[in-house]
Amino acid sequence: MLLEIENLAVEVAGKRVLKDINLSIEEGETHVLLGPNGAGKSTLFLTILGFPNYKVVKGTIKFKGQDITNLTTAERVKLGIGVSFQTPPSIRGVSVGDLLKIISHQDVKEELNPRMKELSQQLKFSDEFLDRDVNLGFSGGEVKRSEILQLLAQMPDFTMFDEPDSGVDIENVELLASEIGTLLDKDKPQGNRKRSGLLITHLGYILNFVSADKAHVLIDGVISCSGNPTEILEDIRKNGFNGCVECAQCL
Amino acid sequence: MDVLSVRNVYEDALRAKDKKAAIGADVTIENFSDETVNALDMIDDLDDLNKQTKKDLLKVGVDTEEKNRSGSFLQVDQSNIFTNNSMSDSIEVMNMAVALEKYSWLDDYLWNVVKPDADKYTAKTALNEKENGVLSGYFVRSLPGTKEVMPVQACMFISDEDIMQTAHNVIIAEENSELHLITGCATGDDVGSAMHVGVSEMYLKPGSKITFTMVHNWAEQVEVRPRTGVKLMDDSTYINNYILTSPVSTIQSFPTAYCDGENSRAIFQSIQGGKKDSIIDVGSRVLLNAKGARGEVISRAVAQDESKIYARGHLAGTVPDVKGHLECHGLVLSNDSFIYAVPELEASSANLEMSHEAAVGKISEDEINYLTSRGIEEEDAESMIVRGFLNMDITGLPDELAQQTQNMIDMSLDGM
Repeated sequence: MLLEIENLAVEVAGKRVLKDINLSIEEGETHVLLGPNGAGKSTLFLTILGFPNYKVVKGTIKFKGQDITNLTTAERVKLGIGVSFQTPPSIRGVSVGDLLKIISHQDVKEELNPRMKELSQQLKFSDEFLDRDVNLGFSGGEVKRSEILQLLAQMPDFTMFDEPDSGVDIENVELLASEIGTLLDKDKPQGNRKRSGLLITHLGYILNFVSADKAHVLIDGVISCSGNPTEILEDIRKNGFNGCVECAQCL
Repeated sequence: MDVLSVRNVYEDALRAKDKKAAIGADVTIENFSDETVNALDMIDDLDDLNKQTKKDLLKVGVDTEEKNRSGSFLQVDQSNIFTNNSMSDSIEVMNMAVALEKYSWLDDYLWNVVKPDADKYTAKTALNEKENGVLSGYFVRSLPGTKEVMPVQACMFISDEDIMQTAHNVIIAEENSELHLITGCATGDDVGSAMHVGVSEMYLKPGSKITFTMVHNWAEQVEVRPRTGVKLMDDSTYINNYILTSPVSTIQSFPTAYCDGENSRAIFQSIQGGKKDSIIDVGSRVLLNAKGARGEVISRAVAQDESKIYARGHLAGTVPDVKGHLECHGLVLSNDSFIYAVPELEASSANLEMSHEAAVGKISEDEINYLTSRGIEEEDAESMIVRGFLNMDITGLPDELAQQTQNMIDMSLDGM
């Protein structure tokens, strides 16, 4: 098992947001996390990532068999966890290019390596763009593509995507989806995939382009339902998340 | 000349010899010793300086090999030990004594845009000149219609303990000329305590441009009181860049640009890193006195340890159709440090436009988290953010100089 979350309860600013989460993701699998606003989807992401304000009050998170519950974010990332944020902060004076060099373990004083330049072009970024301060004045689409570009520099074993398609036009969704596919080994036959991922999506639109193995519905801090992504999405489209609530109660 | 306007510099200075500065800690001048003018020998080549001094100079942007420079000037304590005036046909570089001898008209430019009775520090400099004949400092002038893209480098260096260094500099950009200066101020490695007063008067004739980039690297117990006035005539542009990232005892300066010419423009950009128990009180003032004049004051300050930073900016619009913007951003990194941002806008006419933006706070946690989520350790993330915050885009420099200035900023930020 690549990622194994057991009985996880998390508090943010003294409020319990996640109550009892159990979630396992195998090597090579892509899972989808669905749920209404405020259900705790981003909290789960940021807890897996180890942000300081997300206090684990119960349970454990294991990654590659190692208990990472008390590791710092940087330590977890070094073990192979990556994330694309929905609305990342802008950082004045820190350029996209410099960040890419750091992520790909390159000396900041040297020229960006050709592979990264090629990837930037693939994501429709010009050389000038790489000199810009990260996320400062970026359009919605530029933010998403820059997040994916940074992940391509990192190539994590397990990647979390927070709404990678929100605010992106159709043409670019396909471009992003194809790169997300690369990050999730989708170009390889199913049995040979090593990289795994967890996608947060509101509308599931991205799933038209990125196949997922399993979906989970998070409601009110609890995973109320897990199963086939297509079927679960279909249910939600028909009955809304209320249907999931009722379904969970039946269980 | 109108009799009333005849200046008596000596009398004015004498009256002000005990006058405290309007702002900043009061320094007892008497605690520092006056040096005899030109007590040190001249050197033939900057390369003759010892290794350590060369290193100290390089830190403040002074290249002892004089590569990509259009002139050099070095004052150590109260002695002008080196002047190189032969590198450009467009630029004159001289020490003040030589310049006054050569140009009788230069007298009119002295104590004109900085007043001798402004405070006891200007008074001290003026009295040094009048009573003791101490003519220190440099004269730099760009000839009419010339555009030299390489900078003149000028350096004030203090080599000995408890020295009181004064300098009086005059910079003139003649009509339609362009002049770039890099000025570095530093102390020798074995100097603990000293005082520096530098009076600089700059004159921009119509259509001219001056960029003045200053890097300070003082010892921890040095008292620094620069006094700068800039007069801008029609269509002239003045750009001032100031970088201080090393500890100092106290520094107080409030350079003032008088935009007296139509469509003149003054920009002040400063980077201040407060360390240890430094008290840094640095502001910039632009008086918009003519139609179409524009002023910009931009500062970035980071206070660490027990440092105190007063970041001041003052824009005053006195006529219609002028525009000014003031921007002051500060980061306070320790509980014992302090930033006091004082943005002032003064409008005394209709139809002008002035704005300010000030924000002081801590490093954003979101930014730290973002960088750690890319595998960067928290401490490194903080330092990247601080460096990035201070690393502002310096505008208005020719390409050759922009890169050099960026290197100077990078070098200053290396220790942050």
